[in-house]
Amino acid sequence: MAEVKDTKAVEKTPLFGKEEKQLIYDPLFDNNPITIQVLGVCSALAVTSLVYPSLVMAVAVVFVCGFSSLFTSLLRNTIPKQVRLIVQLVIIALLVTVVNFVLKAFAYPVYKQLSVYIGLIITNCIVMGRLEAFAMANKPWRSFIDGIGNGLGYGAILVLVGVVREIFGKGTLFAGSGIDMMMIGPSEDYWINTMATEGWQTMFGWYANNNLMVMPAAAMFVIAIVIWIQRARNPKLVDIS
Amino acid sequence: MDNKKIYGFVLIMTLVVAGVLAVLKEATAGLVAQNEEVFNKRAILAAVSEPIQQSGEIMVADLSDQEVQEFFASNVKQMVLDAEGGIVEGAMAIDVDMPKEKKKEAASRQFPLYEVNLDGERYYVFSVIGNGLWDIIWANIALESDMNTIAGVAFDHAGETPGLGAEIKDNKGWYQQFYKKKIFRDGELVGVNVRKGGAKDDWDVDGLSGATITGDGVTDMIYNGLNAYESFINEKRSELGGTSMLIQQ
Repeated sequence: MAEVKDTKAVEKTPLFGKEEKQLIYDPLFDNNPITIQVLGVCSALAVTSLVYPSLVMAVAVVFVCGFSSLFTSLLRNTIPKQVRLIVQLVIIALLVTVVNFVLKAFAYPVYKQLSVYIGLIITNCIVMGRLEAFAMANKPWRSFIDGIGNGLGYGAILVLVGVVREIFGKGTLFAGSGIDMMMIGPSEDYWINTMATEGWQTMFGWYANNNLMVMPAAAMFVIAIVIWIQRARNPKLVDIS
Repeated sequence: MDNKKIYGFVLIMTLVVAGVLAVLKEATAGLVAQNEEVFNKRAILAAVSEPIQQSGEIMVADLSDQEVQEFFASNVKQMVLDAEGGIVEGAMAIDVDMPKEKKKEAASRQFPLYEVNLDGERYYVFSVIGNGLWDIIWANIALESDMNTIAGVAFDHAGETPGLGAEIKDNKGWYQQFYKKKIFRDGELVGVNVRKGGAKDDWDVDGLSGATITGDGVTDMIYNGLNAYESFINEKRSELGGTSMLIQQ
């Protein structure tokens, strides 16, 4: 009987209404998994030295987070409470392995670059956190949106940190992908040439890449600055955590 | 919920998941094997990308998978050498698994060798393997037909730090330093030295800041790797007429 009621409720409310929008916006800003809940920081430190791996990682996490929430929510009334964590872990591991296979078959160079990082999604606290906190208690569609939203919130910070670290650490953007933009560095290949002897570029003669930015510790500083800015703009957030 | 139901649920879940993954693995196995082969062939061609570009204005990186296969079939002769330098009959160099060879005893190792033919000009590509900071590193080194001048290198690694050790693969400006370097010094095979603090002579290249151990690994890998091919290299050098070569170096 309960299931019949469920489907009726879904038909009445719009498929993508105000609440669903909230599920996407919240983790992007005011309830961001990295800056507010401080989850998934480990991988955020490890993969963000370049933008391109961060981006692929973000897409993979959005996929895994979204679909593991969907499947967990579909099974939420069948999963025995005693083994629910194991079941969630198996669902996540299954999806991560699927991502690995797909990359291996259709984007082999990317797979070669990222294989270790992709496997590490299994240990990402955000994914399992959402399954425990949301998908086990909500309907499939909303859980799916919630998973996607949290994946995006994680991905947004990852890409942001990646952009800062790559520009200031290496002077490039999207290195390793097809685009590979040369931003700032000591040769004519770069957009800003620090060795230039004439024109507006000469004012960057003092500039050198910051090697600290390449190290994982730099991500800590960048994330801390993001947290600082976010909380300074919205004092409500200060007391939450 | 009683235990029987839990066991039942876990059993069914495991079977379903295992089934899905098994089907997926089988379905993608062909594609994966093909990708691996093309990936390895690209790595070989990357070592001779400079001569290839000069001979026909082709960029190796722009070749499609199909074109890589065709180029390989028409221009590359594959050989496998044993530890004594003799040719192993019927073996294909591309099938040699370098990490596996590294684990074998020195006497039973096999060494892949590629002879690349570009408009009559011959290049020899040697596969070498060594240790970086975190994990193995490997490279394909192309020599010109004088068996002394490096025509190009292509490095790769299993787990060096992005931005530091991983620069051996990513930093074009760095690995291009190897181009036209000599591996013989006064008739002795010395390889190329990655020197911390900057190159001092013609057999040195600049080290990478923050990646000293990876750089040392590259030095050792080139020296040990090329030494394994020494009898083949010396044979080719004496064919060229040893006296003129000795005078040059």
